[in-house]
Amino acid sequence: MLTVSNLKKNFGPFQAVKDVSFTVEKGEVLGFLGPNGAGKSTTMRMITGFIPPTSGTASICGHDIIAEPVAAKRCIGYLPENAPSYHTMNVTDFLMFIGRIRGFEGDALKQKVENAIDKSCLENVRHQTIETLSKGYRQRTCFAQAILHDPQVLIMDEPTDGLDPNQKFVVREMIKEMAADKAIIVSTHILEEVDAVCTRVLVIAGGQVVANGTPAELRARDSQGRLDVVFRNLTMTEGQAHA
Amino acid sequence: MPNCHVIKSIFKREFKAYFDSPVAYVFLVAFLVLIGFLTFGVTMYYERRQANLTPFFFWHPWVYLLLVPAATMGLWAEERRTGTIELLLTLPVTLTEALVGKFLAAWAFIGIALALTFPIVATTAWLGNPDMGAIVCGYLGSLLLSGACVAVGVFASALSRSQVIGFVIALAICLFMLIIGFDPVINAVSGWGVPSGVVNAVASCSLMQHFDAMRRGVIDFYDISYYIGVMVFMLAAAHVVTDNRKAS
Repeated sequence: MLTVSNLKKNFGPFQAVKDVSFTVEKGEVLGFLGPNGAGKSTTMRMITGFIPPTSGTASICGHDIIAEPVAAKRCIGYLPENAPSYHTMNVTDFLMFIGRIRGFEGDALKQKVENAIDKSCLENVRHQTIETLSKGYRQRTCFAQAILHDPQVLIMDEPTDGLDPNQKFVVREMIKEMAADKAIIVSTHILEEVDAVCTRVLVIAGGQVVANGTPAELRARDSQGRLDVVFRNLTMTEGQAHA
Repeated sequence: MPNCHVIKSIFKREFKAYFDSPVAYVFLVAFLVLIGFLTFGVTMYYERRQANLTPFFFWHPWVYLLLVPAATMGLWAEERRTGTIELLLTLPVTLTEALVGKFLAAWAFIGIALALTFPIVATTAWLGNPDMGAIVCGYLGSLLLSGACVAVGVFASALSRSQVIGFVIALAICLFMLIIGFDPVINAVSGWGVPSGVVNAVASCSLMQHFDAMRRGVIDFYDISYYIGVMVFMLAAAHVVTDNRKAS
């Protein structure tokens, strides 16, 4: 469903992403793991068509993000980092706006919005302006816009960042619920999340893929099966490891 | 081919966003008070005892200069500051559609401010027997002039994530495009010995000269296409800038 081939991104002389390739199939939840600044967000921004890659491309449901950006974006639901939304709008209006842009009208639009509100547990706050909401609700509002059109590919950049443990739990449950019929990418730097939701893990460090496998395979790399040790070994350069 | 449905959705959101905050009302009141004060207080509308809107239209370029940048400064700057630009441009939307939707929303908002000046038309019609054709032509010219200023504002707003920078740059560009056609400036420059061909060529690029004819009641295809040209050029420039700087 999602094929990423040889993505590279340079910011001036700095290579943020160096040749990243992978695929995600329907039913998979791919955990995108890596330290801060590893290139996770940059990769996601290229896949979703927000910034153009220096070279390489991504194909979403058969649509190339560079050649057919609008068709490719139709297949994607995207939750950007920090869950941005239009703060002066209320939750329902915001979702109606997203629905209209995505081409829904009339009853179909209303139904999609109701559905998204329901799935994201926003019923209590649906008439509140977004600026009055807590961080957890804002996150869920942005989550609701990502799933509104029931996308085949769902891409989420740190969906649980800054949430309290209960909210994290809710978000993870929602991801698991939707996993069966979608290809999902979740970026995170929280290791517990990997066990909680991911069927496969891609570890990225310094702009490169350094590991790609199931959580169990990743664990097997350490004699005691500790994920944090494996993560540290994979993502730290020689100099940092000894320091 | 831009999708009109998408443009309409973006237009509606942007337009409504003005009225979601007190900004719209402050703006409208400021616009009307300023233009009323200048027309009646400075150019002495009553004391002239003439049934035309010459003193009224005279002020439009200067009022737009000050207020249009205030209405447009947030269009892109705010999207970038809050990160919603990432949301907007990863929806199935082209940058052109987003730009056109925003531009039309801001222009329609200024259009409302302009439409709310209707009492002066009623006053003039009550007091005398004005040439309504000239008034309609003046309003059309004013609307086109404001559209050109809005397009400049959209461009300036795309330059930075700071609204203040967007405001100042829009004001500077509009001011430049106005004064190169402002008679006192033209006369001064001619006095320095600059060849009149050059002075006229530069002046004919100004927002002012094209408005001068229209506010006197002359509709010329050339003037209308000039304003449309400025809008298209500024939006194309905004497209380039936004495309290059959207992630920064």
